[in-house]
Amino acid sequence: MTNEAVYDHAIDVQKLHKSFGQNEVLKGIDFHVDDGEVVCVIGPSGSGKSTLLRCINLLEMPTRGRVLVEGVDMTDPETDLNEVRSRIGMVFQSFNLFPHLTVTDNLALAQRRVKKRSKADATKCALENLARVGLEDKADAYPAHLSGGQQQRVAIARALSMEPDLMLFDEPTSALDPELVGDVLAVMKTLAADGMTMMVVTHEMGFAREVGDKLVFMDEGIIMEEGEPTEVLSNPQHERTQEFLSKVL
Amino acid sequence: MKRTTKTRLTRGVMYLIFVAAIAALALAADWGAIQKAFFNVDIARDAFPDVIVVAAKNTIIYTAIAFMGGMVFGLMLALMKLSTVAPYRWAATIYIEFFRGLPALLVIFTFAFAVPIAFQWRPPGGGAGAGLLALIIVSAAYIAETIRAGIQAVPKGQVEAAHSLGMSGSWTMVSVVLPQAIRIVIPPLTNELVVLIKDTSLLFIAGMAIEQQELTTFARDSVSSVGNSTPLTIAALMYLAVTLPLTRLVAYLERRGARGR
Repeated sequence: MTNEAVYDHAIDVQKLHKSFGQNEVLKGIDFHVDDGEVVCVIGPSGSGKSTLLRCINLLEMPTRGRVLVEGVDMTDPETDLNEVRSRIGMVFQSFNLFPHLTVTDNLALAQRRVKKRSKADATKCALENLARVGLEDKADAYPAHLSGGQQQRVAIARALSMEPDLMLFDEPTSALDPELVGDVLAVMKTLAADGMTMMVVTHEMGFAREVGDKLVFMDEGIIMEEGEPTEVLSNPQHERTQEFLSKVL
Repeated sequence: MKRTTKTRLTRGVMYLIFVAAIAALALAADWGAIQKAFFNVDIARDAFPDVIVVAAKNTIIYTAIAFMGGMVFGLMLALMKLSTVAPYRWAATIYIEFFRGLPALLVIFTFAFAVPIAFQWRPPGGGAGAGLLALIIVSAAYIAETIRAGIQAVPKGQVEAAHSLGMSGSWTMVSVVLPQAIRIVIPPLTNELVVLIKDTSLLFIAGMAIEQQELTTFARDSVSSVGNSTPLTIAALMYLAVTLPLTRLVAYLERRGARGR
């Protein structure tokens, strides 16, 4: 975090629109995440919450509007996208580990290619982060030999190995067997306690209530309601929020 | 009649027809003539060692050159076909469709005879050189399509994960996509290799010096000089000795691939 004073919010989304062909998925989103804040995004499937997350590191190109990450305009063609992305960790629903590389090499690859670290430095950092997610004994395993929960923790460690300023989580526990969800959530809780800035698209209401500083409810491409998690969960103001929560809680 | 009895009866009749057909063939065949024309031991002995040290060796060398040339050129075409720059895509598409739509023999003809006459230029290496250049050009088109399919079979999430870590497009291609794509295309590429081994026989029409001859040309020349077809049998056995294990290998790799993913 070199230019801490320069920006207002860690993530600042302004009047964001995103269409896939005729289908408008995001219809004018305004919201922000501050340094050290944990923001959870909930909503029915198809509400645009994953698309919103993917617009932040520009895996999806916004149709209109601006996305600022630590003050850098991601939609500006002049922006060095790879440099900013290296400061944004992302965790996917389907893990997306590199199946042809060992766990250590999964964690070392981008350190070496993007941060130009030596093999020794990259490996050292990789092992530290594996220890952080409790998987140092899996350093030489291939992803295919790990359980879903272990794969997702390796994916988190891979993102952490780039020493990101903030982390995006796209339904990190949705593809896991129920008994494996806890391990992943525990790692995420530790991260939050360490002060990591996090934006989490999730269906885990317990996590949102317990760990989240802010809860955002999205439906049909707009933010219907946002606020303090216990407040939103126990006393939803909007009719759509009430309807959704009554189904999932 | 019970259903099981009926099944057993049908199967028995089918076996009978098969055995009868084999027996009829065996009786009708002129075994003496076949043995004299195709399995003459003395002529077979005379074919050695040249059939190995010249013909089989050249077949292997030509296959290796055509395959490696086709791989390099084909990889380039595959990347062009997936390029974000439209003219590259068009050029690659036109090339691939053009050469996949032509008989290899016609392309070899063109390089061995038409090009030297038109431009007063001969590809180096005589008939074999011209034929190989043509084989490289044709096989590159097939290999390009195989590699392109392999690259596109790598899940999109892999590219997204690499990008999200800040990796550039070219590093993503080299370190993440291509290593996985190569694994996917090893079985179809081995099939291309088998096709190439057989297609080196097309070099026959390019006209080759004795020391350049590959298996088919060698066999064809021996047949006319000894007035017996045994050299064809030897060439056929040589091809099969290589192509059969390779096709079994492809089948094995495909089974393993189907299980492993």
